[in-house]
Amino acid sequence: MKAPDFDYLRPSSLDAALAMLAEHDGEAMPLAGGQSLMPMMNFRVAAPEALIDLADLTELRGITVDAGTVRIGAMTRYAELMSDATVQAHIPLIGMALPHIAHDAVRNRGTIGGSLALADPAAEMPALMLALDASIEVTGPDATRMIKADDFFLGMFETALDGELITAIHVPVATPAQRFGFHELTQRHGDYALAGVAIAQTDDSYRAAFFGVADRATRVPELEAALKRQDDMKVVLTYLDQIDFTDDLKANHTTRQRLAGVALTRTLKGMTA
Amino acid sequence: MTGPAHIFDKPNRYIGKPEPRADAARLLQGRGRFVDDEKLPRMVHAAFVRSPHAHAKILSIDTEDARTSTGVIAIYTGADLAEHVTPYVGTLTHMAGLRSAPQHPLAMDVARWQGEPIVMVVATSRALAEDACELVDVDYDELPAAVDSETALDADTPVIHPEFGSNLAWERDVIAGDIDAAFAAPGVHVVEREFRFGRHTGVTLESRGTLCDYDPSEDQLTVYYSGQAPHMMQVIFSKHLGLPEENVRVISNDVGGSFGIKIHTYGDEIATAAAAKLLRRPVKFIADRFESFVTDIHARDHIVKAKMGITGAGTIVGIDFDDLTGIGPFSMYPRTSAIECNQVLNLTGAPYVMENYRAKGRVVFQNKTLMCQYRAVGHPIAMAIADGLLEDAARKIGMDPVALRELNLMADDSYPRTSATGMKLDDLSHKRALRKLTEIMDYQGLRADQTEARKDGIYRGIGFVSMVEVTNPSPMFYGIGGAPIASQDGATLRLDAGGALHVSSSITEQGQGTNAILAQVAAGVFGVDLNRVKVTTGDTATTPYGGGTWASRGAGIGGEAMLLAAQALKDQVLEVAGVMLQTGVEKLDIRDGAVTDLEGNERLPLADLARTVYYRGNELPNDLNPELIATRHYRVTDFPFVFTNGAMAAHVEVDTATGFVKVLHFWAVEDCGRVINPLLVDEQIRGGVVQGIGGALYEECHYSPDGQFMNATMADYMVPMASEMPDITIAHIETPTKTSVLGAKGAGEAGTGGAPAAILNAVNDALSPMGASIWQMPMTPERILTVLDKAAE
Repeated sequence: MKAPDFDYLRPSSLDAALAMLAEHDGEAMPLAGGQSLMPMMNFRVAAPEALIDLADLTELRGITVDAGTVRIGAMTRYAELMSDATVQAHIPLIGMALPHIAHDAVRNRGTIGGSLALADPAAEMPALMLALDASIEVTGPDATRMIKADDFFLGMFETALDGELITAIHVPVATPAQRFGFHELTQRHGDYALAGVAIAQTDDSYRAAFFGVADRATRVPELEAALKRQDDMKVVLTYLDQIDFTDDLKANHTTRQRLAGVALTRTLKGMTA
Repeated sequence: MTGPAHIFDKPNRYIGKPEPRADAARLLQGRGRFVDDEKLPRMVHAAFVRSPHAHAKILSIDTEDARTSTGVIAIYTGADLAEHVTPYVGTLTHMAGLRSAPQHPLAMDVARWQGEPIVMVVATSRALAEDACELVDVDYDELPAAVDSETALDADTPVIHPEFGSNLAWERDVIAGDIDAAFAAPGVHVVEREFRFGRHTGVTLESRGTLCDYDPSEDQLTVYYSGQAPHMMQVIFSKHLGLPEENVRVISNDVGGSFGIKIHTYGDEIATAAAAKLLRRPVKFIADRFESFVTDIHARDHIVKAKMGITGAGTIVGIDFDDLTGIGPFSMYPRTSAIECNQVLNLTGAPYVMENYRAKGRVVFQNKTLMCQYRAVGHPIAMAIADGLLEDAARKIGMDPVALRELNLMADDSYPRTSATGMKLDDLSHKRALRKLTEIMDYQGLRADQTEARKDGIYRGIGFVSMVEVTNPSPMFYGIGGAPIASQDGATLRLDAGGALHVSSSITEQGQGTNAILAQVAAGVFGVDLNRVKVTTGDTATTPYGGGTWASRGAGIGGEAMLLAAQALKDQVLEVAGVMLQTGVEKLDIRDGAVTDLEGNERLPLADLARTVYYRGNELPNDLNPELIATRHYRVTDFPFVFTNGAMAAHVEVDTATGFVKVLHFWAVEDCGRVINPLLVDEQIRGGVVQGIGGALYEECHYSPDGQFMNATMADYMVPMASEMPDITIAHIETPTKTSVLGAKGAGEAGTGGAPAAILNAVNDALSPMGASIWQMPMTPERILTVLDKAAE
């Protein structure tokens, strides 16, 4: 369980990092905390020629508020998010979810950008971005563009990134008209959930993003519409059929669907209480 | 010999006191010396190419590219090492009929489990060795695998060792009374269940590892070894590498947990020793976590069909069961893989008065990792069968499970006696333990809470287990069957010139506090301050000869040897003191580092006595030749084992929407005889309970139908973690064993052996309003939802 030989690069600017990424033409991987990548390399599942450590890129750090949007630098660690007053005040959903994300040791190194770029279907952060209607700011050699979270996650470990680095996350500031809920079902605290959901409610509209249930974090528009109509929960839950639930050793797709329904029901109950 | 009252009742005696362990500060400051901390000049590193298949013929091995890879020193195949290592077979003569095939350190022609070592690469670093492993090209012809133990004996299942004609490794029947007649008697209710116990493993914090150093000038092999039986390993290295026994030194410094995992013959470790001998330089092998999962011995994996008969008034008339267990492709050497099944046959129902008993055990080969003795060997299965059926029967006849136990447990004043299976029992306290348990847990209060909570749709359950625990094994356990495993242990105490004690013992420390209790016994019985005792364990060159620490034998056997040696040294010192002080020995004692009169008044500091002996012997009479060093050995006689007993209870809440189980509280009352250090015993029991909860709710080695281990990572194999663990309340009853002066019995198996049955019973108690019950461990959310759905149909 030792990683194969690789080059370790530590650029001091975003431009330098992008140049290195281009130079290695797909054979280099950005290192943004390494809480998933390093174990994958030690298992020799991932074997990049080079790691480009983003730790020194000041452009990827900092949390600011401007014009109703919180901008979170991609290299912000979970531990920093947890203790940040801006995030606590303006994005309460992230505050609700963070204690469920792994453990202190992982949260001290893991970054928000790293998690989104990996796009692990069981991770909490992609679902939070979907529920919050966040935008992902990505920068390539030629341009910076904004990708809506809804368009960012394309499949298991698959994103819309194209030779680019995530530079920041843009999340709308929570309004008094909004309420939030988060619930995940794990046998052990800090594990990947068997099923979980993050919900942002704005007036009578809902954005409900499920995670740990399919090949990516997933919203179901018909289910959200049913919530808006205030359909009976039994009816709401039937729209879960539209998710292609995962089968694995911990739970088959039937159990997962059931647990997703429990997570949704319990989250909504908590929000109305 | 001074009697027990004299030793234990005087002030400043340490035995029974919650003394903090002396080595805790060292370990917490990162100054532990685990195998991977050892670094020797010219040391090189081993990595292994392991079989990716559960069963495959090895057609060819091409190592050409790997040999030229950076840093590679040597590459060995099974055939290469077979020239230097004799094969070994995991059978013992007292396990009649047990068969197994010869094993080589690296597979020869056929690979028989996924993870079996095939090729060894030695390189200047572990990373470079792994790089070279990727360049080794092994051509396999994959064979159909025998994976499922239930079909292992079927005619169309591949036979792993064709010379045996079937995959049966061992079978045994135990019959007492007439079970058929007992079950058929009028008024007898019979409950019947099929239990399934998942395969799990030990998951030690420090993985297996060894550093082998060979010095050709003296033909000397020194092995730094993370393990619990140094003298056993000395014999094994000597025998199979062709070295004189005295030329093998096995050193186990700090060991980061073992639980029975590190007490066997692993091919990768033997290969490491062989490579060190061939290369004439130190070779280190540290198993990584993946290697640990696929090669450390696994445990459990039993399917049991069981029945219990009970009268309407609640008298158990008998137990009848059939246990089938899969052990992998070989019986592990040298302890064998039949012991767990044998324990199940011996221990099931042992706390209860019962005349009729019929048990069949079958042990089968399969293409999975080898199974062998993990903490609480056989106990969780035996306890779950008897106490699971007992609580099922209690529900059937409408009797409280505590009342039903009261009715059937052996009376505390009825010993010595034998169990239905013929086990000799003495000094047990089942009824007192159960009464104390219901007291400390407030049983009636919990039942009231249960009733109230159900009204709100909250399903809580209370489950019990009454158990026996095999500890302090005699020569009847292994020695009688021809295993090179010492059943006795020794202790040496030496009084130094400064008045301190240097003591050594053949039992071993693997994190549970062995060294601490040895010091307490030595200091207390001899009479010096605890901080003036230095302890050495885990080195075949410097300790007395003995078995090590396993089967809860350390305190009971090693502790007794220390007590006897301390007493002997005390007698020697008092003889010298008597001469020096011109006083009768019977008027002297040793307390707080000085020879005293019987009232405790100091007469002569030990340092003065020792200096006189060592430096100024001219002051002593010529016919007095003081030794100031004493060694004693101890083994259990008259009994094959010394049984410990206990009673435990679990309080759980089952979320019927998700199938999640939360353990709210756990209680254990243990009678391990004399408690030497309550802090350490309590933590042993707590740690054991946690491992038992792991077996009950979380831990399982999942295999695909073709024998691939599917969850061999710490992310996918779930061990219990601190956040989910309940408070665990411990209480003691002390019924010292009459087999020793110390009176200590083992306590290491208790939690792991008992907790699964208590949790199972608690979950089934919680599920009972829905008419559901579960008999498979681990009790995962999905399995609980499945039985709830079935009950709702």
